[in-house]
Amino acid sequence: MTATAERKPAGGRKIAPRVDMPCQPAKERIRNFEEVALGYTQQMATEEAKRCLQCKNPKCVKGCPVEVPIRDFIGQLAKGDLEGAYRTIKSTNSLPGVCGRVCPQENQCEGACVLNAKGQPVAIGRLERYVADTYMALDACEHLSAKLTCPAVDPELRVACIGSGPASLTVAGYLSSRGIKVTVFEALHEVGGVLVYGIPEFRLPKSAIVEKEVQALRTQEVDFVTNWVGGRTFSVEDLFAEGYRAVFIGVGAGLPRFLGIPGENLTGVFSANEYLTRVNLGRAYAFPDYDTPVYQGRDVTVYGGGNVAMDAARTALRLGAESVRIVYRRTRDELPARHEELEHAEEEGVILELLANPVAFHGDEAGRLTGVTLQRMRLGEPDASGRRSPVPVEGDTYELPTDLAVIAVGTRPNPILLEATPQLKLSRRGYIEVDEETGETSMPNVFAGGDIVTGAATVILAMGAGRRAAKEIRRRLQGGA
Amino acid sequence: MPCKILEKERLIPGQTSKLVIDAPHIAKKAQPGNFVILRVCEKGERIPLTIADADPERGTITIVYLVMGKSTALLETLDAGDSILDLCGPLGKPTHIEKAGTVICVGGGTGIAAMHHIAKGHHKAGNHVVAVIGARSKDLLLFYDELSSFCPEVLVSTDDGSFGHKGLVTDLLRQRLETDKSVSEVVAVGPVPMMAAVAKTTEPFGVKTTVSLNSIMVDGIGMCGACRVSVGGETRFACVDGPEFDGHKVDFNELRQRLAAFKPQEKASYDHHCKCTCAGEK
Repeated sequence: MTATAERKPAGGRKIAPRVDMPCQPAKERIRNFEEVALGYTQQMATEEAKRCLQCKNPKCVKGCPVEVPIRDFIGQLAKGDLEGAYRTIKSTNSLPGVCGRVCPQENQCEGACVLNAKGQPVAIGRLERYVADTYMALDACEHLSAKLTCPAVDPELRVACIGSGPASLTVAGYLSSRGIKVTVFEALHEVGGVLVYGIPEFRLPKSAIVEKEVQALRTQEVDFVTNWVGGRTFSVEDLFAEGYRAVFIGVGAGLPRFLGIPGENLTGVFSANEYLTRVNLGRAYAFPDYDTPVYQGRDVTVYGGGNVAMDAARTALRLGAESVRIVYRRTRDELPARHEELEHAEEEGVILELLANPVAFHGDEAGRLTGVTLQRMRLGEPDASGRRSPVPVEGDTYELPTDLAVIAVGTRPNPILLEATPQLKLSRRGYIEVDEETGETSMPNVFAGGDIVTGAATVILAMGAGRRAAKEIRRRLQGGA
Repeated sequence: MPCKILEKERLIPGQTSKLVIDAPHIAKKAQPGNFVILRVCEKGERIPLTIADADPERGTITIVYLVMGKSTALLETLDAGDSILDLCGPLGKPTHIEKAGTVICVGGGTGIAAMHHIAKGHHKAGNHVVAVIGARSKDLLLFYDELSSFCPEVLVSTDDGSFGHKGLVTDLLRQRLETDKSVSEVVAVGPVPMMAAVAKTTEPFGVKTTVSLNSIMVDGIGMCGACRVSVGGETRFACVDGPEFDGHKVDFNELRQRLAAFKPQEKASYDHHCKCTCAGEK
């Protein structure tokens, strides 16, 4: 790939190939939960940063939902100004260490990079990660800290966020750095939402990255209250009665969708949410040192083709499964997962069972899963979304033994807050309806963003929604543009 | 935010205890039928427990638990003055309570405590509450005095006949339904076989029967689907659609199997705990 991708842009400068990021070898990493990708060294980061053409009109920024000044931070990095680069990213992105790891950059910034025409975009995600990690690893004394530039927080200007996932953390970061007091209410016992219960440790380290990003918000006087359930422990009205001036709802995805096929409630059939929550939030990989158990599984099947399916499959390998198959009804080309996740999964030995659709699970007398019947599929005509829809191949079914099935076919809206807040206008699909420009819901000064508005999407889209809402909240509370 | 235990009462020493916990934010909102999720320590598991009573004025909730695994064993090591690391609630849909006449509330084992809050709710709504409670023997019977303080009738059965009727709660329930046509609803909280038997008993009488299910839960806030149960052939989630469902429609066999899903791991965890505590660690 490298030789063919070299090109000469208008200026005649020859562009070096994209710098690879070192990873733990597949054989080793499937035996641990440590991070797979190891990050750039300083030399690699500098080399990669120098590939950036510093476009006059950078397209990458338009590809970023939170508008990180990408060209500028890469320019600073290329000159060795790490702190400047960090400040530049932080000026619009509260969670650079997270985004550098989990954003689908190929669809966002890197997809828009002019060098992408030859398949060799600047590795923006890896550079962002490098800046965040290196800056956060500096000794406290070396930190000049972006905090110094923040205005004092006005205790009268209070905003509440419900849920502590990427959307709310973005709202908290934006508002607190502009002098607004933010309190984040989280229903679980740990802060971070999907970053903590959903995305595995080997892709996004919890204490090394998520906790640090949250800690950075704490230094901006953001308060976090755990075990408080919006719609149960408190209502939206309670918050206004307590003096909050605006409320942001970022409660995330909800109830898992199941397949609706026989045998789905056999023991051994898990939703991806349950499986991953046990392992990530409950640290079940360290059972019995930690108390939350999970099934190890020998022949594991995972249903779905997104990042969540990849996460579940790779988790199962690490927990010691002998075989792990991803069952997906379309072909490899339609798999919606992030490229890197699919690559990593295959390197690790995950098998793709393509053009196959489960029709029934089978169990023993004790109700334990033993196998699955799959229907062979083929691609038919394109559907409304333009994707070719899978159709069953008449009479072609087959059996696979499986003792652990993980269903990763998406989620439905979580009903708790929505039922407790009937004033919120919902979309036809049952998600919260918001003004596209401001993120405001049908309730004045109540905003929403992330999966509870869009349905299951990505971290960065949730952050983009948080940023839009935060801008409007700030404008209302402090006036001005 | 940790919540302080104000009182602890060992109802059946080494087996069942009652905790009164300082949790004004939960007490203020708690209604009959609600539950909490708690975690005892940093490495602990989230476990659901039904709220047995709530006092919004004092700002307390009461929970009663049976020591049956590591998490409840850890909880049992706490005393008045200690704190519970994480306490989250009130969760689940509250019991549907309306003035309906006579309501029979059946409770078995630790379920009696959970049933107590529901019985109290029906009493406050002006219903004539008949409590039917059962245990293996008199010493193991919970909440008799509490229920007697407001229920006009408390019927007791014990397996060994040491108190009340010798036999099962369903014997008492059937007798009552045969003679009393004013019963508008039966509520049952207890072990799965008991709730299944109650539903079977009431079915021929066509009396509305509500059961409170104790499925395995992880988050308890409608996220994971671990607590799913089949009700009338549909998958429902005990944490957000329940925990109370129509007893005549619940697939109890499936529930029993799903509750056993982690038995080997639960035992491993408990043994690990016993080994560690014996070795002087905590």
